[in-house]
Amino acid sequence: MTLAATTVTCIAGQRRLLDAVSLQVTPGALHVLLGPNGAGKSTLLGVLAGDRRPQAGQVTLDDRPLGEWPTITVARRRAVMMQRDELRFPFSVDEVVALGRLPWQRRANAAGERAIVASSLAQAGAAQLAGRRYPELSGGERARVQLARALAQIHADDGDAAARYLLLDEPTASLDFAFQHQVLLTLRQLADRGTGVLAILQDPNLALRHADAVSLLAAGRVVASGSPASVLDADRLSAVYGLPIVAAKVADGPPTLLVAKGLQGIPE
Amino acid sequence: MLSGPARALLLPGLVILLIAAVPLSLSVGMIQIDWPRIGDDDTASIALLQLRLPRVLLAVLIGAVMAQTGAVAQALFRNPLAEPGLIGVSAGAALAAALVHTALVGASAVAVLPPSLLLPIAAFAGGLAAAFVVLRLARRDGQTDMTTMLLAGTAINAFVAAIVGLLSARADDAGLRGFTLWMYGNLGRAGWNEIAVAAPLLLAVGLWLPREARGLDALLLGDAEAQHLGIDVERLKRRLLIAVVLATGAAVSLAGVIGFVGLVVPHAIRLLAGPGHRLLMPASALLGAILLTLADTVARTAAAPAEWPVGALTSALGAPFFLALLLRMRTRIGLP
Repeated sequence: MTLAATTVTCIAGQRRLLDAVSLQVTPGALHVLLGPNGAGKSTLLGVLAGDRRPQAGQVTLDDRPLGEWPTITVARRRAVMMQRDELRFPFSVDEVVALGRLPWQRRANAAGERAIVASSLAQAGAAQLAGRRYPELSGGERARVQLARALAQIHADDGDAAARYLLLDEPTASLDFAFQHQVLLTLRQLADRGTGVLAILQDPNLALRHADAVSLLAAGRVVASGSPASVLDADRLSAVYGLPIVAAKVADGPPTLLVAKGLQGIPE
Repeated sequence: MLSGPARALLLPGLVILLIAAVPLSLSVGMIQIDWPRIGDDDTASIALLQLRLPRVLLAVLIGAVMAQTGAVAQALFRNPLAEPGLIGVSAGAALAAALVHTALVGASAVAVLPPSLLLPIAAFAGGLAAAFVVLRLARRDGQTDMTTMLLAGTAINAFVAAIVGLLSARADDAGLRGFTLWMYGNLGRAGWNEIAVAAPLLLAVGLWLPREARGLDALLLGDAEAQHLGIDVERLKRRLLIAVVLATGAAVSLAGVIGFVGLVVPHAIRLLAGPGHRLLMPASALLGAILLTLADTVARTAAAPAEWPVGALTSALGAPFFLALLLRMRTRIGLP
């Protein structure tokens, strides 16, 4: 049981965005995708979400090609949180989260549905935003509401045992320090309860702290994949990002990655 | 914004207003209608059954469908300022009407068909043809790209306006006057025959569009997001576009261009009831029907026996209302 990309290649014009990339999202694990800007992280997420058809390779859900599943079944098992949101119409926060329940085709004002909306908002740290108008929210608040919408979409019912998947493109992008950790703790809990989570992050320290597995992408290829500690090696990151990076040990936590002294502007 | 109970009363309230607007519009006019004696009085019967009734029916249908197609265009373009005119239907219909009105084509074609029939048929065909070009230009790799459609629509609209300008320069005075009046919309042109042809189409679209409310809600989130929610976005877009084009084409070919109903009505409903389409679609249909019925009543009675073009009236009333909305409630209606 996985959501898997197998030797996926994506080409745009002359550029290879992804070059024979394989990656598995496993139920029960929080998998983080890291890599420099333009490495192909969002492209890979788009392929796994079914937004983009790869020129070679395939995406499977439970060993069956993604495209062969009914769209409604996929929508009930896999939610996606995108980086940009285009919503400009004045829905209330609750209405936005309730849109996540659309694949379930139930009446929006049924008590059970309202409870799912409320608990999803609480899980995303957005309970206090309920009742506000979505366009009036800040970027970080919107991100939390979109996370709640994704959580509502894959809310597991009693007796429905099929594994759920959650794909997130930089869920922490516009969040403050505290909410970054809160969102990752939420994802952690979700994974612990059996959901397969794939999140694109920019901060290797968040990955070191919270992830079960990390894949490091550079120039459309997977440079390394495995446990956070093994993948996020200071020397490897220095090479991939072109920055002098060192690992510092703080108390008895995982190592913290720092940019070393002697940084001379942005490397070419 | 209306809260719980008031929100629940919105649809029933609009139904009552529409039920009140129809007999009001039927009663007002040059010829007095004495309701109890309607069967005996020939002039009044004719005025009622042959002139006013088809006209009110058309106002209800066209008002309802224009408001709904406006809401649909706004969801498709994810822009609260969008309207079906962007797809080129009205422009194409106008070009065909201009061709008919100028001696150029008119003289030869009139011999085959009487102008009262030729004009709506040509306008409908012209509207569909222009929309087809725009829809075709917006297709890329099997996907309908709304940004391309917006730009293609703008280009086609400009091109058609240029040709209409050239035709106007060659038209005689009667043709020019006829075309100018056509452009500003008039519900009095269509009789029972035209309505019998167009009503089933308008009614079908008007009853079907509210059923797509979930898909329309999802589209507001974004195409990719809607797809993630299990909506077949490309097929939904095509269904909606075809419905919008057919309904707008039918409305324009019968009544000419009637501005601002499709823009202002969904905005007003969003202010009252929010942007969710489950309520927005039926409420817009009702308010559109009410407003066009009342506007047409004013248009044919205010300066009687002369008539105001109803499209000019809706634009004259709609534009300031729209500006007020725009300036005072930017975020409430979905502007950034």
